[in-house]
Amino acid sequence: MNIHPAYNSIMVSLSNSAQLDQINTYLKDALTHYDIEIESKTRTVEIPLVYGGEYGPDLKRISNYSGKSESEVIKLHSEAIYTVNFIGFSIGFPYCSGMDESISTPRLETPRKLVDAGSVGIAGNQTGIYPLSSPGGWNLIGKTPKTIFNTKNPENSYLKMGDQIRFVSIAEEEFQKVSS
Amino acid sequence: MSIKILNPGLQTTIQDLGRNGYSHYGISSSGAADDLSFRLGNLIVGNKENLAGIEMTLVGGDFRFDIDTNISLTGSKFDAKIDGESLHFYKNTSIQSGQVLSIGQSMQGSRCYLAIRGGIDINNVLSAKTTHLTSKMGGLNGRSLKKNDVLKIGDDQKSLKPIIVNKLLDIDMSKLLIIKGLQSDYISKSTWQTFLSQKYIVSNLSNRMGIRLEGRSLKLDNENEIITEGVPLGAIQLPSNGFPIISFVEHQTTGGYPKIASVITSELHKVGQLKPGDKFQFELVSLEKAETLRYEREIYVKRIADHG
Repeated sequence: MNIHPAYNSIMVSLSNSAQLDQINTYLKDALTHYDIEIESKTRTVEIPLVYGGEYGPDLKRISNYSGKSESEVIKLHSEAIYTVNFIGFSIGFPYCSGMDESISTPRLETPRKLVDAGSVGIAGNQTGIYPLSSPGGWNLIGKTPKTIFNTKNPENSYLKMGDQIRFVSIAEEEFQKVSS
Repeated sequence: MSIKILNPGLQTTIQDLGRNGYSHYGISSSGAADDLSFRLGNLIVGNKENLAGIEMTLVGGDFRFDIDTNISLTGSKFDAKIDGESLHFYKNTSIQSGQVLSIGQSMQGSRCYLAIRGGIDINNVLSAKTTHLTSKMGGLNGRSLKKNDVLKIGDDQKSLKPIIVNKLLDIDMSKLLIIKGLQSDYISKSTWQTFLSQKYIVSNLSNRMGIRLEGRSLKLDNENEIITEGVPLGAIQLPSNGFPIISFVEHQTTGGYPKIASVITSELHKVGQLKPGDKFQFELVSLEKAETLRYEREIYVKRIADHG
C-alpha cells in the first residue's frame, strides 16, 4: 500500500488482494469523522548554500531573466522562507513553495544530462533541491554540501515534508568543510 | 551456492514483486514488469511467489550454476539452452553445478523470467530486493547485472513443493483494457473515440519507467496541465503533444499531465511484454468489470499455487 500526498490531493494505492469497496467505506468514514488538527510545530531547517559560479551555473540566466543583479537574486532567494509541500516525482525530491515571484525563471530548454547532488534550482516559481545526481532542467542557482535525503532510512532524512527551509549563503571554503 | 553471470544480456535485473509503501518519498514500487509470469515462475520451482528472481529484456544472458538446483523460465519465449540443449518454458527443470544456462533472443514479447529454487539471496533495500534502475536502488547496487557478477542462491529448505502448470491463460496482446482516469474529461467525446478506435504503436523510447505510444495525436480540450498530484502505476498520461504515455513500474510518483485513463490491474502484466513496434488498441471497461477481472486473476494464481 502507498499513501502519497501532494499539494491538494492524497493518492492511496492498494495491494492486489485489497477489497476496494471496504477501503472506500473506510476512507470515507475516516474523512468524515477525523478531526483535522493543523500541526503548528513545524521545524525550520537551514540549508547552507554556495550561490553562483560553478555551484550555480544558471545564476546569470536567472539574473538576466528577472532583470535583477546577481546579488539581488541571491538576496531574494535567501531571504524567503520556503515550505516543503511534499516529496515526489523522483527519489527524495522536495517540492518547495514560497519563492519570491520576481525571480521566477522558466526551465532550461535543453535539460542537463547530469546535475550534481545538492544542486538547488528554480523552475517557474518553484525552488527545489536535487537529492541525488540526475538529469534535470531546472535553473541551478547554487549547491548545498548537505545530504538532504537518506536513501537507507528515508524517515531520518535531513529534509522532510512540512519542514520550513531557510537557505543560508556560505563561502566555498565552508562548503568543502561541511562536505568532507 | 551461487550463479555467475558470464554474459549479462541487454537489461538483466534482480526483481521481486516491488518495493511498496515508499511512494511518498518519490520511490515508485518497481518490481517485475510482468508480475504474472514472475509469480508463476516462482511457484513452478516451489518458491513463495515473491522470492527474488531475474528479469531479462529482449536478449537474455548466460549464467553458470555453481549449485545443483531447479529453475524455471516464464514470460515471453526466448531461445534458451542448458549446455546446448533446449529447455521448455513453464517447466520445473533441474540444472547441475558447472552447467551453463544460455538465453538468447526473444521469439515473442519483451521479457522473460528466471526463477531459481531458493531465490536470489541479496540484502533488502527498504524492505525489498527489486532493482529500481532510475533510483539506482535495490538488487545488485541498484544496477543491471554485469559480466562476472556472482549471485548467492538462498537456502531452499523453506521452499514449497514444485508445481506443474497445466493450463496457461490465453493472453490477447491486441488489446489493453482500461478504466477512465481522474482527468478523463480533459478530452472531448470525439477525442475519446479517436483514442479508443485507433491502433497504437509502442515507441522505441519505452522502458520500465513508461511506455510511449505513437498514433494520431489527441487534442486536449482546454488546460493541458494540472496541479501536480500522485500518479498510479498504469496511469495513461497525456502530455500536450497528444501522445499518451503509460506510466510503468519505475514511474515518477507525481506528475502534472492529465491522466485520461488507467490500465486495469489484471492487464498490467501485458504492459511488461510490450516491445517497440507492437500494435494494440485500448478497450474501455467499467470499474466493476476491472474489479471482477482482478479478483479472477488472483483466484487463478491461488488455484495454481494450491493445485498446479
